Amino acid sequence: MDVHVEQSETYVLLRPVGDVDLSTSRELQVSIKDLMRAKPSRVVVDLCEVPYMDSSGVATLVEGMQIARKQSTDLVLAGMQDKVRSIFEIARLDRVFRIVDTVDEVSAG
Amino acid sequence: MPSQSLKPADLATMSVPSDDSAHVTVELLSQPRYLSGARDLVSSIAKRVGFDDKTCGQMALAVDEALCNVIRHGYEQRSDGRIWIRLWPIPGDNGTPAGLTVVIDDEAKQVDPEKIKGRDLEDVKPGGLGVYIIKQVMDRTEYQRRQGDGMRLILSKLLGGEESQIRD
Repeated sequence: MDVHVEQSETYVLLRPVGDVDLSTSRELQVSIKDLMRAKPSRVVVDLCEVPYMDSSGVATLVEGMQIARKQSTDLVLAGMQDKVRSIFEIARLDRVFRIVDTVDEVSAG
Repeated sequence: MPSQSLKPADLATMSVPSDDSAHVTVELLSQPRYLSGARDLVSSIAKRVGFDDKTCGQMALAVDEALCNVIRHGYEQRSDGRIWIRLWPIPGDNGTPAGLTVVIDDEAKQVDPEKIKGRDLEDVKPGGLGVYIIKQVMDRTEYQRRQGDGMRLILSKLLGGEESQIRD
């Protein structure tokens, strides 16, 4: 899995590419913690190129959300594919995170 | 067509066939790099049994979570532990499958099956979701101590109730 980080005018975009499971979630965890250190006002995690995520990936995002809340960073999840959305629904985390269909919605909002 | 006679509650009392009668058996090392292969296997066999795409993905997720727990908690991240995955179609009416049983065996440390529980979802925190997800997805989730060493996890799902685990 690769993790790309881009800076736009209004937010930091984090874009993991590939499955996020026990063998790869550590890379995502390191990336999130790294970029949160700068206390950005908004972080968007674009999941459009993540075909699969297990609970280790979800745990990484929950950890990121907890850091974000402490420092008043707005954390947004975008572009979830069906399989990834499914685990958020089963774990009832779809109502805990702010989730949008595409990154464009964040730009527009 | 799904079996008209079997209900999820019936699965709890169904005996698991002998190991050597498994239709598919895979042995893997306790290394996260093999999780994707295990997911693909379970998903493709579930598809052939007759589950829809969404349910196949969820069953693969349940097995992935079970394997993660064996690797992390059972073998405590050791990479040389052995794990066996065995699959059987559940016999249904007219010789067609009524569902799928997946049995996961390991030689890791034993724990009291009664103490393996998913956490409260209201407590939003990283980790601890695996068992909850497995139980939500599967119709039967039963942990057993193996004779000698290790644990056994029996997972079964019937055709026909695919949407039951998803809340409104």
